[in-house]
Amino acid sequence: MKYYDKLVFELSRPGRKGYELPADNYGNNALQSLPADLLRRDEAQLPEVSELDVVRHYTNLSMKNFGVDTGFYPLGSCTMKYNPKINEEVAADPAFTAIHPLQDAKSTQGALELYYNLQRALSEIAGLHEFTLNPYAGAHGELTGLMVMRAYHIANGDEKRTKVIVPDSAHGTNPASAMVAGLQVVEVKSKPNGSIDVEDLKPLLDDTVAGIMMTNPNTLGMFETEIMEIASLVHEAGGLLYYDGANLNPLLGKVRPGDMGFDIMHINLHKTFSTPHGGGGPGSGPVGVVEKLARFLPNPKVVKNADGSFGVSTGSESLGSVSTFFGNFGVMMRAYAYILTLGKENIRNVGPLATLNANYIKESLKDDYLLPIEGACKHEFVFDGLKDKSTGVTTLNVAKRLLDYGFHAPTIYFPLLFHESMMIEPTETESLETLDEFIEVMHKVAREARETPDAVKDAPLTTLVRKLDETGAAKNPVLTYRQYLAGESK
Amino acid sequence: MSNKFMPHTDADIRRMLDKIGVDSIDDLYNDVPREVIYTSDYNIPSAMSEIELRRHFEELGRKNRRLTVFAGGGAYDHYSPSTVAHLLQRSEFYTAYTPYQPEISQGTLQYIFEYQSIISELTGMEATNASMYDGATATAEAMFMMVASAKKRNRVVASATIADRVLDVVATYARFHGVELTVVAEKDGVSDLEAIKAELEKGDVAGVIVPTPNKYGIIEDFTGLADAIHAAKAYFAINADPSALAVLRTPAEWGADVACGDGQTLGMPLNFGGPYLGYISCAKSMLRKMPGRVVGVTRDADGKRAFVLTLQAREQHIRREKATSNICSNQSLMALYATIYVALMGRQGMKELNALACDGAHYLFDRLTATGLFRPAFPGSPFLKEFVVATDLDVDSLNAMLLDNGIMGGINLGEGRVEFAVTEKRTKEEIDRLVDLIETFSK
Amino acid sequence: MSKILDDLRYADSHEWVKLDGDIATVGITDYAQHALGSIVYVDMPEPGDEVTAGEEFGAVESVKAASDLISPVSGEVVEINSDLEDSPELVNEDAFANWIMKVKVSDPSEIDSLLDAAAYAGICEE
Repeated sequence: MKYYDKLVFELSRPGRKGYELPADNYGNNALQSLPADLLRRDEAQLPEVSELDVVRHYTNLSMKNFGVDTGFYPLGSCTMKYNPKINEEVAADPAFTAIHPLQDAKSTQGALELYYNLQRALSEIAGLHEFTLNPYAGAHGELTGLMVMRAYHIANGDEKRTKVIVPDSAHGTNPASAMVAGLQVVEVKSKPNGSIDVEDLKPLLDDTVAGIMMTNPNTLGMFETEIMEIASLVHEAGGLLYYDGANLNPLLGKVRPGDMGFDIMHINLHKTFSTPHGGGGPGSGPVGVVEKLARFLPNPKVVKNADGSFGVSTGSESLGSVSTFFGNFGVMMRAYAYILTLGKENIRNVGPLATLNANYIKESLKDDYLLPIEGACKHEFVFDGLKDKSTGVTTLNVAKRLLDYGFHAPTIYFPLLFHESMMIEPTETESLETLDEFIEVMHKVAREARETPDAVKDAPLTTLVRKLDETGAAKNPVLTYRQYLAGESK
Repeated sequence: MSNKFMPHTDADIRRMLDKIGVDSIDDLYNDVPREVIYTSDYNIPSAMSEIELRRHFEELGRKNRRLTVFAGGGAYDHYSPSTVAHLLQRSEFYTAYTPYQPEISQGTLQYIFEYQSIISELTGMEATNASMYDGATATAEAMFMMVASAKKRNRVVASATIADRVLDVVATYARFHGVELTVVAEKDGVSDLEAIKAELEKGDVAGVIVPTPNKYGIIEDFTGLADAIHAAKAYFAINADPSALAVLRTPAEWGADVACGDGQTLGMPLNFGGPYLGYISCAKSMLRKMPGRVVGVTRDADGKRAFVLTLQAREQHIRREKATSNICSNQSLMALYATIYVALMGRQGMKELNALACDGAHYLFDRLTATGLFRPAFPGSPFLKEFVVATDLDVDSLNAMLLDNGIMGGINLGEGRVEFAVTEKRTKEEIDRLVDLIETFSK
Repeated sequence: MSKILDDLRYADSHEWVKLDGDIATVGITDYAQHALGSIVYVDMPEPGDEVTAGEEFGAVESVKAASDLISPVSGEVVEINSDLEDSPELVNEDAFANWIMKVKVSDPSEIDSLLDAAAYAGICEE
């Protein structure tokens, strides 16, 4: 296929157009009569292209992308499972897409019922009392959950509880969310196997602790075996436990976060509940809480009335609003469809099969790749690069070489506990044949690293574009077409 | 255990367990304390086939009513060209994640670059990020940007004419983060510029946020405001409707340092409130305080033009608690939506649709006031597609009557004030019918 | 092996200082620039800003890392190295020649608590 390299602006020709609008028969020229001072002076340099130009352009762009539908996407910590097509179809129904968020609740009963049902299903799966579906993404859920934590302590007159404990192995988002929520981050050390060091935790638990944020299984894919002790220590100290739902997938059907003592959690619907990652979003980050925290959840809230109808309410003790309306409703529709498709019979197999897939890859590759932590992992695990370090082939090189073989790379250089981290998460939707193909290619790359290391260091060799000059991009940022043109004309 | 989304046959499972060296999958959970292993069934419905699932959604859908929408309040019934939805179904776009591997993500990276370019054209600002969750959170992040830029100042002044739903979110973020937010009361339906200047004179203001069009639909006049703000060494943010910026004076033309707002107006379906899109643009001087992802142009090893995530050292995964924001994604697919939409509408269409909406809104305004049942709430105030009128009619009963007739009437602002919105999708006939129904109702 | 100059004083956060009268010239060490990799941006204070020993006064960014700059001295910034605005890579080329700021120090004795070259070399070896 021909290499496509145009920007939509470069297709533009004066006078061409990709739309038709009805004739303006109001006869009042109201826009033109507005005060000139309030109108735009310099016209926006927007593209002028035909509809077919647009269709071909974005179709060509799509072919420069790799998605779950293209191939195996073992991106650790991102749970890149299959995105069912029926979910896309039901979410595109105008019976839902054409309704206004401020319509009278009488005319949106179907949407409110869906919100409510999904909220109940998540509460059941999480073992918590109630969820808000308003947060837009995992990070937004973290922020909302930490606001709930803070609101609870403030309501108790415990203003001084502003310290949140975060393991040094946590996702970078955890400390950033705590900062935005106005909390101070205190790091607790991990043991060599990545789990929290309880002895290091104990001295941190004083009366300024708001709570602890945990990912379980942790960012190495290992279950925190001392969770029950940690929970009781934190609770005894008056703190709350926050569960980062990034790694919820392996627990589906096995463990409910609420049963482990967690008080607050967020779920990434785009990870665990199969909604598309969309190239980075829209996601959805519902936040669930135990009963005593429910009154602090953000507004608006969707409630079931005594007569069985659904309504919208605002709570006076709520922490406030974190979204303009009800969050990413379109994403909720997809997650709801997924839960109903699997039902109670199948959803319980999600965690076990995700865990089985991860362990199978781990055991199949640990001869060539350095496995720093032995033992059963959950949905993902981390290699510390190639076992044979003498070749100079790095994790980055391996990742890029995988692209040549038609696989997406794992998450690399995270967690920070190892120098050459390579975090692999296959998800339960991948077949044994796909896993075997991946394993074979990983072995092949390891062989290449020994035999022709320089070639591996040059990877990728077959992708549409090759290694990029990231330093140049950061040093001299060109962020718009206008800046690009200015640079070219120099 | 096999299911259409889980392809494991019993033989597969056996082979995998043998390789791992355990007897059962349960053995992989031996490290989990026994007392927390969940052995019951979840109390959720049983599995549905696609046939049953469709039927369930159809039943739910029938409980919603599609209305002829004459309300805005942060969500506008603009036309969504069919081409956009079709292209968004390319699953290479929607089943990808954040473009961490640029060599196989040029599609995503390039449309984000086009999106940044288009929003920058609309706002007139030099830089735009890859998008935010919604207009309200984007405005809260604009507040953080200004506080981070204005070293050692922690107070932000916001006009009360910013939409209530946006201001609520900004206030929530401010309260928890510890930013002192001063909301300056409105004057005759617009920002009270003198009161804002008085706040600036106190010398402790990091930034000022004002909207246009504002919560009453009024196009505000910020003459002199930028100079006053900059003289006080503070920053200037404008919350603006990006669709309207194709015709209205831009944040850059008002001298703003930051522009933010909601991209729903770029043809996005109402979708019961989301997904929409937040945008943030800024002057180059504030680039390093801008939250979220940014895409830049570069070259590959063979010299080909290519796109890449850049300026990542600002972001949460590197800066952790020292980042300006905790955002680690964007509304990427909605940024693609906005990009394709603006590409289709183009230079001319973006102006034409604003003219249609504006002319239609003024036609409705004139017809309503001509009935004698409505008075302008803010006489003489310029508006684009949304306006407020005052009435002695009971607004709730009026809207209930309209709902019975398949119409979403204006938003009841209380005290007899109603806010109507008209987009290019409304017709003269629909407007005439609305006014006729109201006249009949009043008799 | 990174370069360490004998006539400078060092902070354990990898800044160097040279005191001339009451003017301290501050930069980052060769070790620091090496650890960061290609530097793409130096966030500098403005002349007239007050800096405090032990507190942040700016940041250095490479493509995938960022490091806060911690002031080794207290006082008023009198000059910044504006060459770094357009050419931050100069720090990579010679971290000691390409200083970041000059400070009129309020307490010259602060410098005595900083590390000498030998002690700093010890830190870099750890």
